[in-house]
Amino acid sequence: MCGIAGYFGHLRQDEARTLLHGMSAAIAHRGPDGEGIHADAQFGFAHRRLAVIDLSPDGAQPMASGDGSLCITYNGEIFNHIELRAMLEGRGRRFRTASDTEVLLQLYDEYGPYCVSHLNGDFAFAIWDARRRRMVLARDRMGVRPLVYTWHRGLFYFASEVKALFTVPGVEASLDPVALDQVFTLWAPIAPRTGFTGISELPPGHLMIVEAGKADVRPYWTLSFPDKGDESDRPHGELAEELRALLEDATRIRLRADVEVGSLLSGGLDSSMITALAARVAPGRLRSFGITFEDPEFDESVWQQTMAEALGVTHHSVACRSADIAGVFPAVVRHAERSLLRTAPAPMYRLARSVREQGVKVVLSGEGADEIFAGYDLFREASIRRFCARQPGSAIRPHLFRRIYPYLPSLQQQTPNYLAAFFGVDVDDAADPLFSHRPRLRTTAGAKMFFSAGLRAELGSYDAAEELASLLPDAFRRWHPLHQALYLETRFLLPGYILASQGDRMAMAHGVEARFPFLDHRVVEFGAKLPPGAKLRVLQEKHILREVAAGIVPPVIAQRRKQPYRAPDSASFREANYAAELLSPEAVSRTGLFNPAMTGRLLDKSRRSGLNGFRDNAAFVGVLSTQLLSDEFPSLAQ
Amino acid sequence: MSETLQNQVRSFVVDNFLFGDQGGLSGDDQSLIENDVIDSTGVLELVSFIEERFGIAMSDAEIVPANLDSVARIAAFIERKREAVN
Repeated sequence: MCGIAGYFGHLRQDEARTLLHGMSAAIAHRGPDGEGIHADAQFGFAHRRLAVIDLSPDGAQPMASGDGSLCITYNGEIFNHIELRAMLEGRGRRFRTASDTEVLLQLYDEYGPYCVSHLNGDFAFAIWDARRRRMVLARDRMGVRPLVYTWHRGLFYFASEVKALFTVPGVEASLDPVALDQVFTLWAPIAPRTGFTGISELPPGHLMIVEAGKADVRPYWTLSFPDKGDESDRPHGELAEELRALLEDATRIRLRADVEVGSLLSGGLDSSMITALAARVAPGRLRSFGITFEDPEFDESVWQQTMAEALGVTHHSVACRSADIAGVFPAVVRHAERSLLRTAPAPMYRLARSVREQGVKVVLSGEGADEIFAGYDLFREASIRRFCARQPGSAIRPHLFRRIYPYLPSLQQQTPNYLAAFFGVDVDDAADPLFSHRPRLRTTAGAKMFFSAGLRAELGSYDAAEELASLLPDAFRRWHPLHQALYLETRFLLPGYILASQGDRMAMAHGVEARFPFLDHRVVEFGAKLPPGAKLRVLQEKHILREVAAGIVPPVIAQRRKQPYRAPDSASFREANYAAELLSPEAVSRTGLFNPAMTGRLLDKSRRSGLNGFRDNAAFVGVLSTQLLSDEFPSLAQ
Repeated sequence: MSETLQNQVRSFVVDNFLFGDQGGLSGDDQSLIENDVIDSTGVLELVSFIEERFGIAMSDAEIVPANLDSVARIAAFIERKREAVN
């Protein structure tokens, strides 16, 4: 797990070394254990090392093959490196080091670019192939590790994070208005778009081959679901047993490291399962880490303690107050490198810092289960909306919306008429491919009312939701509605928002590597084939996972209703003077992206009576984070 | 119906939900929900406004889109309630 950067093209040696050191320094937080540089006449690689496997100097990068024809700079972990090494040794290959880096290098030598299909891991890498005078880049299937790139004056540049590309002379930060529209609708830019004009990201599950001044980007893995009615019809018990075995193995291989591996424990079902499975592999030695909030609306500390006691793990909790969120938010935006609509990444940033302070570099996380096994409320909401749409005048059916949002007082007080109106049960078209996500998209896009006249004019009639709909595969229409919703969440929001803003970026800000057993591609592929009812059974989310959990965690956890991970949004900034300054009409006018008068009123309302609705909070955090981005990259200001 | 009353309601909606953006409300008959002017918490703010500003108590049965989903409907509802009291 590390940070990588590099270029393809000709630079003088002195230019190359200065450039590579500059790029590397910009992402030093990703790899505090060492720096490596390699430059020759045609390319250059930089590497920041977070030593996790083979801590010796043998594992240092960039690493060249024995004959010097290949060179690699790689960020991530290949969890099945032991099995791949044995397989390659069986084919007569010999290894110089104990590192997974060399396994990857030799695997490429054996199979070429599609060697990635053998990998079970979270990775982003670049390999220089001198024989074919080409550079091959790849990113893991689910998009755990980031990889961004740009072209400038005929040279190709790549890095783990955008900030490294902005150290390249002549590459300037310019906010992409379309990306801003996408964030203010979908919560994240749609890959390959990033928040910045001219900077692209390699989408998850894609390979990129750069040669002769051109790049060919192609998928090597895609998320897919069976046609409706063709889902697995194997006995339920058999499926649950196979899922349990898969999760055990996914967790087991993610405990492979030459340093201590800890576990994040929120007290919810997913992280509790992973912590429990890990504790079985390392009995009595596991340390877990969790966030506590002062506001009981967000706090889950009781559940964390219940689980830690049941497992006998040593649990460390870090308190996160509203002031802490405001305090770290500028750093959060700097690391996320995008506008954010929620503060939820901030507590994760705080938690990662605490993990590192405890001397732990690697943690397991339960992230991904909600996407694969239908844990989010949105999936149940879509199911109820379809149920209500079948009987539009019903005064009874809309009451079901209250059941799925027990933590939202404003919804508990609504009449059935309003519930039906808010969730659009009369107006939405059930054949709309974005049916499941329409309420969220509409509410979020409401925050675009704060866009300045100039930004609106630049965007014209652009519609982010329409672009999203245009990217769906042909088979999408043949999938069960739940699978359509899972696809939208897993393919777009998971890599673009959850993993980018709450996963890699927040953890790596402190040199902590997070590993996600639920995102093992075997688990993902298995989950996709399951019948919809195994995931969402009437209104019970993650049904099959709960069955598997019954033999792993205490019943009180296995049957616990999901509590979404949330953090206080605009309320966190009441005492933060910098927020008031950045949202002032003067500061907002300087960047030119938002309406200064309206933003001023939003700030006034937040200070006077607080902001209650999602839209207003999203707008507040969205404007503030964009203003912070402009501070971070001054060339963004108009 | 009193134009002043309708103006007061419109002002509240524009100031409180649209943060002064007059363009967000194309007319007094525009649906506040369908045009994303208010969300579920917005309705509660709207009810508080009606109760506090006009001294009207709203029962659950009255908190329905038929009474509250446009500036014109809100003003008409307040007018009816006032007449009923007088």
